Amino acid sequence: MYAFGYHRPGSVADAVKLLADHPDAKLLAGGQTFIPTLKQRLAQPSDVIDLGGIAELRGIRAEGDNVVIGAMVKHGEVMRDATVKSMIPALADMAGVIGDTQVRNRGTLGGSISNNDPAADYPGAVVGLGATVITDRRQIAGEDFFTGLFETALEEGEIVTAVSFPKPVAAAYEKFRNPASRYAMVGVFVAKTAGGVRVAVTGAGPCVFRLPEFEQALSTNFAADAIQHLNVDASGLNADIHASAEYRAHLIKVVAKRALAKIG
Amino acid sequence: MATNGIGSSVKRKEDLRFITGSGRYTDDIQLPHQAYACFVRSPHAHATINSIDRSAAEAMPGVLGVFTGEEVAADGLGGLICGWMVKSKDGSPMKAGPHPILAHRKVRYVGDHVAVVVAETLQQARDAAEAVEVEYGVLPAAVDVAKTHDSGVDIHDDIPNNLVYDWEIGDKVATDAAFAQAKHVTRVELINNRLVPNAMEPRAALGHYDTGMDAYTLYTTSQNPHVARLVISAFVGIAPEHKLTVIAPDVGGGFGSKIFIYAEECVCLWASKKVRRPVKWTADRTEAFLSDAHGRDHVSVAEMAMDENGQFLALRVNTKANMGAYLSTFSSCIPTYLYATLLAGQYKTPAIYCDVQAYYTNTAPVDAYRGAGRPEATYLVETLVEECAKDMKLDPAEIRRRNFIPKDAFPYQTPVALQYDTGDYEPCLDKALELADYAGFPERRRQSEAKGKLRGIGFSAYIEACGIAPSAVIGSLGAGVGLWESAKVRFSHTGKVQVLTGTHSHGQGHETTFAQLVASKLGVAYEDVDVIHGDTSKTTVGMGTYGSRSLAVGGEALVKACDKVIAKGKKIAAHLLEASEQDIVFQDGNFSVAGTDRSKSIGEIVFAALVPHNYPPGLEPGMEETAYYDPANFTYPSGVYICELEVDPDSGVVEIQKFTAVDDFGNVINPMIVEGQVHGGLAQGIGQALLENAVYDESGQLISASYMDYTMPRADDLPSFVVHTTAGTACTHNSLGVKGCGEAGAIGSPPAVMNAVADAIGTRISMPATPEKVWRALQKTQLAQAAE
Ligand SMILES: Cc1cc2nc3c(=O)[nH]c(=O)nc-3n(C[C@H](O)[C@H](O)[C@H](O)COP(=O)(O)OP(=O)(O)OC[C@H]3O[C@@H](n4cnc5c(N)ncnc54)[C@H](O)[C@@H]3O)c2cc1C
Repeated sequence: MYAFGYHRPGSVADAVKLLADHPDAKLLAGGQTFIPTLKQRLAQPSDVIDLGGIAELRGIRAEGDNVVIGAMVKHGEVMRDATVKSMIPALADMAGVIGDTQVRNRGTLGGSISNNDPAADYPGAVVGLGATVITDRRQIAGEDFFTGLFETALEEGEIVTAVSFPKPVAAAYEKFRNPASRYAMVGVFVAKTAGGVRVAVTGAGPCVFRLPEFEQALSTNFAADAIQHLNVDASGLNADIHASAEYRAHLIKVVAKRALAKIG
Repeated sequence: MATNGIGSSVKRKEDLRFITGSGRYTDDIQLPHQAYACFVRSPHAHATINSIDRSAAEAMPGVLGVFTGEEVAADGLGGLICGWMVKSKDGSPMKAGPHPILAHRKVRYVGDHVAVVVAETLQQARDAAEAVEVEYGVLPAAVDVAKTHDSGVDIHDDIPNNLVYDWEIGDKVATDAAFAQAKHVTRVELINNRLVPNAMEPRAALGHYDTGMDAYTLYTTSQNPHVARLVISAFVGIAPEHKLTVIAPDVGGGFGSKIFIYAEECVCLWASKKVRRPVKWTADRTEAFLSDAHGRDHVSVAEMAMDENGQFLALRVNTKANMGAYLSTFSSCIPTYLYATLLAGQYKTPAIYCDVQAYYTNTAPVDAYRGAGRPEATYLVETLVEECAKDMKLDPAEIRRRNFIPKDAFPYQTPVALQYDTGDYEPCLDKALELADYAGFPERRRQSEAKGKLRGIGFSAYIEACGIAPSAVIGSLGAGVGLWESAKVRFSHTGKVQVLTGTHSHGQGHETTFAQLVASKLGVAYEDVDVIHGDTSKTTVGMGTYGSRSLAVGGEALVKACDKVIAKGKKIAAHLLEASEQDIVFQDGNFSVAGTDRSKSIGEIVFAALVPHNYPPGLEPGMEETAYYDPANFTYPSGVYICELEVDPDSGVVEIQKFTAVDDFGNVINPMIVEGQVHGGLAQGIGQALLENAVYDESGQLISASYMDYTMPRADDLPSFVVHTTAGTACTHNSLGVKGCGEAGAIGSPPAVMNAVADAIGTRISMPATPEKVWRALQKTQLAQAAE
């Protein structure tokens, strides 16, 4: 680690102000990505602004047909939360397959989506459910939020405060873990929502993406059989020592079918 | 009789401190005025060092010194050595390039140590290390062992084709003749994947030069502190041996990787005199991946000649072994004397020939890793045998049975130098078949198929050689050291016992087993025995722990020390009991006059020895006995492992359903510890077969240099093991009848897993059997079937 200044604001407004005052500052949420980055000296922020003291970023609440989850809510809380489990059980399932117990008890929703690791699980759920990302200054549709490899629509100094997840008719998440990191090598979130069927794929490409062909096929028949005849194009998918693009393309279908089979 | 003696599953003494976080590891040791080292490491696999500008680093806050290979050379230090001289077929000695403790003019792998910064704090050392400017002249790199010969890359001066040696063993003429006569030949090509040892505790060192005493102390993560002392004094030349103490306190796992003498520990010791401060270094995990000696990395071709009944007539093997960029401490003997000598396996194959070419590459050094040569031999033999069974349409159990060395053939002289003293292979096979319910396999396979899964079963009948010895023989084969062991039993006035051993425990549980052994031998309370190891200023000189040698060699030395205590005790008892020494018998901690009820406890005898008011005239007081032991032979544990697994054809995922391990370890001191050792070994062996792989790209970058990419086995990757230790065949040449169990699991398991994978999917793939590889193999067979 390099030396840095440390701040622990008590409100989002204070955090925004600190960010404005310190252009080379970085936000700290659960620290699961950020702390290792600092320890390996891959980042050198002038200041670290710890979001851990901001009450308004915590908490899970139902707002009509939506579940609104604060940016600092930990994966473990989402996994266990009664409201999430009753309204969107697939979201609780998704949180339950992130990392391990220690990671789930530190890592946060806001940290995960702001980081936008291509292998993270949350982006699948946000796009798959058609959720809305709420920041200190605006609301961003989930799909517009994730813009590329570790890239988001967040502007300089913008803070994610919550995400609003609409309750789907039916949904499921299935993940094929990278055997080493246990992140998603391929993760598929399928949902039947008021606005139609959504299929979001994470882990396989540089950034979460939807599969229109699958969605179309599933609109008439929301079952694994419906996508049996479809194949996923491997071009543009990730390739590494664990999986080639071709294998990832194959897995997307396998994993999507498993997600659909869960819904039954 | 001691209740916690030999044969009982006593809970481990050391675990309380380990699991409560009160162990004392090298990094826990803080010396006054301690400074910190940070190494500047090469980012290139192969490059000349054109210049090093350290001026900016030297000017940074807290920096005490910046040192490079130039100072090492100027101080006239020697380099790290490889302690086993292997000779090529033509009699020429192996070609070992220099291995300086800081690179001199050239770097040869990513992570090679170029310079060291010593500073007041670790952060300051890191900051300054980043400011050391090294100008490299990047050279082409040779990474792949199969290609390095013709790569045109010269890793060391005057070592053509990067060939370290071209060695052979066995009778080539007889082997070729048998092949000419054979009814059938089965052939396999195999890669033994490269592994990173990944001890939980990374390597660390704390060097301390004491100005007043003109003496050095090195705290280090070592499996063999006396060997470290020897190499650092006699070869690197930092301090004379009597002025150097090496202390390996608690060590958090080694698996071989902490046998070797590394540059960093030498540099910390050397630099401590330069800066007149204790100097500490602790590897971070990335440094561990890059610079710990790796394991395995062989490419082999093996052929078995058989008659019409599947009897093995001859085995012919060629192996290319990757040694990495420098020859690590014992690297040369791993793909030779610890590998090819095991190629007979459990079989009476009459003729065997193997030749081995060892090569330099621009990768981290490769040396012993749990099993060291024997896993490579077992993987090769047991894969080949399974393929033989397939070719001959024989049941894999049956082909083994037909070729086993029969029970009455022991001692059995193999065609590859070793003589097995004892063994009995069929009972292990029978027990394994029973525990694995082999008979029920076809039905289980049907059930899997009904679920759309492929099921496979695979065998492995391993042999291994533990406690490498005797010293005279290994010396004649090129070893630079003797491989005996030592122990001292020291009694205090109150009858408490300190055992000093030259072995070193870094997870094995010596503090428990050695105490059990002494409790049994001397009839003292188990609680009253403390085992001391790992400090060259305290313990007897010893050779350390590796190759499953501690009990078979060190334990036997301890028995001999106990025998000396008993012999002396008899003299004292005879005096006190006014009897003749010949009439004194020792049993369960009491010296008594045969046929009478007159006796003295060992406590009373010890007290008499230390307070010799009434004592045999002329006998030395005190009760402290030392023994050294040089075994007559290796010990030969063996066993049969059966793996049963399911493959999901959609994803290629392999899931082990059941793993059965039946071992013959001879006699057992603590069954619980033995079972634990087997569990750990199986986890590593299954890790090698299914998960682990160290991958360098073509330019020599290690791309699996963190746990994000290097798949360590986790508990949920593994089944609950079925482990059984047979009554076994006791080793014939040590009094305990023990053989060694530390590596067996890692040796026997990879072929069992890979044979099961091959059985399930119908083709053979290389380790690790990752989901993608399995899936691709299945795709290929499907395409082939479709084409038919
Ligand atoms: C061992 C391990 C295993 C893991 N496995 C998985 C897995 O299987 N699946 C998975 O999806 N993830 C996994 N993760 C990631 C983890 O779950 C976290 O989600 C992730 O590390 C980021 O969340 P965090 O709260 O720790 O954020 P931090 O690390 O604190 O921050 C991450 C980044 O987001 C920024 N940031 C944080 N909060 C906000 C905010 N409110 N507004 C704007 N920017 C913000 C920070 O400045 C930083 O750049 C794993 C992590 C570890 C260490």
